[in-house]
Amino acid sequence: MKTLYSERRYVISIIMIAIGVIFVVRLFYLQIIDDSYKASADRNVLRVLPQYPARGLIYDRNGKILVHNEATYDLMVVPKEVKNIDTASLCHIIGINNETYNSRLEKARNYSNYAPSIFEREIPQELYGFLQEKLSNFPGFYILARTLRKYPYNIAAHTLGYIGEVNQDVLDNDSYYKPGDYIGVSGIEKSYEKELRGKKGVKIMMVDVFNREKGSFRNGLYDTVSVVGQDLTTTLDADLQAYGEELMKNKRGSIVAIEPRTGEILALVSSPSYDPNLLAGHDRSKNYFKLLKDIKQKPLFNRALMATYPPGSTFKIMNALIGQQLGVLYPSTRFPCSLGFHMGIVDVKCHSHPSPCNLEESIQNSCNSYYCYAFKAIIEKLGAKNTKTSFNVWRDIVMSFGFGKKFHNDLPNELAGNIPTADYYDKIHGTNVWRALTIISLGIGQGEITVTPLQLANFTAVIANRGYYYIPHIVKGIGTSKFIDKKYTTKQIVKIDSGYFDAVLEGMRLVIDAGTGAGGKIEKIKMGGKTGTAQNPHGEPHSIFILIAPLDNPKIVLSVIVENGGWGADWAVPIASLMVEKYLNGVVKRVDMEKKMTEGSVYYP
Amino acid sequence: MREQKNIFSNIDWITVGIYLALVTIGWLNIYASVYSEDHNNIFDFSQIFGKQMIWIACAIVISLIILSIDIKFFPAFANYIYAFVMLLLIAVLLLGNVTAGSKSWFLIGSFKLQPAEFAKLATTLALAKYLSTIDIKIQDIKTKMISFLILGFPAGLILLQNDTGSALVYISFVFLLYREGLSGNVLIIGLVAIVLFLLTLLIDKFIIIGVLAGIALILFFYIRKRRKEIITLIGIFLLTAGSVYMVDYVYNNVLEPHQRNRIAVLIGKETDLKGVAYNVNQSKIAIGSGGFFGKGFLQGTQTKFDFVPARSTDFIYCTVGEEWGFAGSAVVIALYVMLFLRIIKLAERQRSVFSRIYGYGVASILFFHFMINIAMTIGLAPVIGIPLPFISYGGSSLWAFTILLFIFVKQDACRLQLL
Repeated sequence: MKTLYSERRYVISIIMIAIGVIFVVRLFYLQIIDDSYKASADRNVLRVLPQYPARGLIYDRNGKILVHNEATYDLMVVPKEVKNIDTASLCHIIGINNETYNSRLEKARNYSNYAPSIFEREIPQELYGFLQEKLSNFPGFYILARTLRKYPYNIAAHTLGYIGEVNQDVLDNDSYYKPGDYIGVSGIEKSYEKELRGKKGVKIMMVDVFNREKGSFRNGLYDTVSVVGQDLTTTLDADLQAYGEELMKNKRGSIVAIEPRTGEILALVSSPSYDPNLLAGHDRSKNYFKLLKDIKQKPLFNRALMATYPPGSTFKIMNALIGQQLGVLYPSTRFPCSLGFHMGIVDVKCHSHPSPCNLEESIQNSCNSYYCYAFKAIIEKLGAKNTKTSFNVWRDIVMSFGFGKKFHNDLPNELAGNIPTADYYDKIHGTNVWRALTIISLGIGQGEITVTPLQLANFTAVIANRGYYYIPHIVKGIGTSKFIDKKYTTKQIVKIDSGYFDAVLEGMRLVIDAGTGAGGKIEKIKMGGKTGTAQNPHGEPHSIFILIAPLDNPKIVLSVIVENGGWGADWAVPIASLMVEKYLNGVVKRVDMEKKMTEGSVYYP
Repeated sequence: MREQKNIFSNIDWITVGIYLALVTIGWLNIYASVYSEDHNNIFDFSQIFGKQMIWIACAIVISLIILSIDIKFFPAFANYIYAFVMLLLIAVLLLGNVTAGSKSWFLIGSFKLQPAEFAKLATTLALAKYLSTIDIKIQDIKTKMISFLILGFPAGLILLQNDTGSALVYISFVFLLYREGLSGNVLIIGLVAIVLFLLTLLIDKFIIIGVLAGIALILFFYIRKRRKEIITLIGIFLLTAGSVYMVDYVYNNVLEPHQRNRIAVLIGKETDLKGVAYNVNQSKIAIGSGGFFGKGFLQGTQTKFDFVPARSTDFIYCTVGEEWGFAGSAVVIALYVMLFLRIIKLAERQRSVFSRIYGYGVASILFFHFMINIAMTIGLAPVIGIPLPFISYGGSSLWAFTILLFIFVKQDACRLQLL
């Protein structure tokens, strides 16, 4: 109908259509052109939850479990959902009073009304079942299962290591880890992190504005399954390890036991140690700092790999071997000893023993003079002018035993020790100024030379094997395949021909049968050993002993170091001997000796 | 004169069809917006989608009643209805319950009644009745004054209820008045005022006044020989320059802090996504994440999981945008525009002036709600809490819009009975 102003209907219609068009254009922009809203929506609503697989277990060589995972249960609370519950009943079950209940709930509420907080930590297994049944009466409470590393034997803390939250450094360099993830921090947990951890999976959940889970995203289409970590079989013998730790109680030092035939480490004791369970669970960081602060005992310090000592008299064997290899020494060679080696300004003391000794006797009696002569002969083989060349030949052979460098095996944080270089002597004495006598203390294992207990044990293995070793290692099987790195099954041949070991081994037998190590004699087991005393500027010398048993078919070699233990014979010899008895016989019959060792305390200074 | 055979004869099925479509879309989206596994039965009356179904059923009964009422009833009783609703508005101020800061509800049992929703209807009736009086001329000052009073009285009462959004709706009668002869300048002035307001908030006011002065000078050059127009020009210039200064004052002293924030968010002065800009940002995220075809019915996450506030009432369009995407959102807009154009077309074919004016009132009110509500959800208007007609959850608004529309459908169906 045509009325006055009816043409204005078009103006109004056009305005309405225009608004509609503006809206459609705007929607087109929001919904189709601009992608940022989709990303924001995903950020709003999707939570990528990592699924942690069970960490691999760690066994000893006989199948005993050294590390396992134990489920622990935390009672969680979401304060907002707590409604009309029988407070008294819940308090009764978990054994708290009403005030505690209220204060904990208040604390949780202060943290967040919607997000879960821990209400009661580590509920005992037996309580868990009971509580789980009753849980429906307590809305707002639920139980969260977590896993803890558990160490049933409380042994080998240093070797097994511990796990902890990843630090920023790892996060920056390895995209596998996310904040809050756990990673092996030390020991086997660190060196076999990749095998033990397995592979994380992800589960994508939808959450609402209060971060409450609302179900799986697209029914789990984008989820990935986690892969369980691989179990490790270590080379450790749990009984031997435990026995070693018992023997080293109240002493500082270490025991390293190796099966020479394979390079497998049977025991790796560092004392003082700590209960590995302290570094698992929620008090981990508190305990860690407590251990760290113990500067006097340094329980976290792994002496077996990281302490370096002058090898002392044990190193005489090295020089005996090198001397023979270079043709300057024969088993029959005798050198004089008049309570020491006196030449020019050099004066190396020795104790009273029959003299002159041949090679075997020199080991039996640990004659200092003999090895000063022997070392002088080695270094002066090519004449005084070629001291450096001769020294480098000597050094080269020493290094072939694994001294002065890291094994780069599966034990993290080992130290290399020190075999001094010619350059070093050039620097402190002047180029080509130094001669054999300048460095004569190397002949008896003193001076700048330092070794780790592990290197010393490996050295013993080389002697037992007559000229080769396998890189000492701690894991003999990964997962079900029992496969380990080829480098641990590759023979490392030293630069001494096997024939030269005979005299040395005979000397070592004499040490046990009628020498400095006689106190370590065990009935029916033929052994060879060598005592050592590492001079220590800070106090009593360190007691050192290396041992091979049985001598004809070596099954175990050991290095034992008791810090400030005085003569090798005082502590190191009996401890090594008891270890052998335990390992080869299973039971220790020398109860008195055992008692003396376990109860004895060497705590200097 | 033709007699009506039954209540359905001659009714405009296009209008009724669009109405039913929008109501159904509303119901489904309310269901989707609060859907959860626990409450997945769409007929669950403990949930708001169940309640909305009852409101819809009642609305249909109401529309049938209206269709059966004699068409002379509403013109005849318009003033009484107006008076009654005004009394309700006064009563709610004295006796009402406060919800979300507005004192605009009667609580009758568990049922909440919002008189402001019905005031629009009553005002439209009263205004149509007044303007359809014989010999009335909108150009007369007296007519303008009375019209303004009819509009201003309820708007003022609603403002007192602290329900600014519902009060703003009375601006929509500008379209009705314009159609009935109010000078077209009113639309231009309105547009200029909005533009000036926003520019003043965004740009330094001296620059704006400088530009205004520049425009005035150019115009002066063209009309310099016509003295009367020069005076008008100077008047307009002084008025606009003055209002530029006024804007600052109004913005800082008249508006409430939350209103100021909403405008600040709109023009991008406030970007605190966790604070004042949260609502609009989440609304845009929900709609924007819908893509072309949307996430699918019940598959929305932003709305369902509470990220969007008021997701079943004022922000219901977010659910449409998220689950039905661009396609669904555009269809809804198309349905509305079709409805408005249809009502205008029907209004123009009325023989009765009352019916025509009333029809324009219906179109104006619905259009204003549509424009403000959707513009708000897509970030083109500040947050103003008014429902999306027929779609938003709520009994009062659904019934009020239904009555509003069906009175017109009835008038149209019986247009030949009237002069």
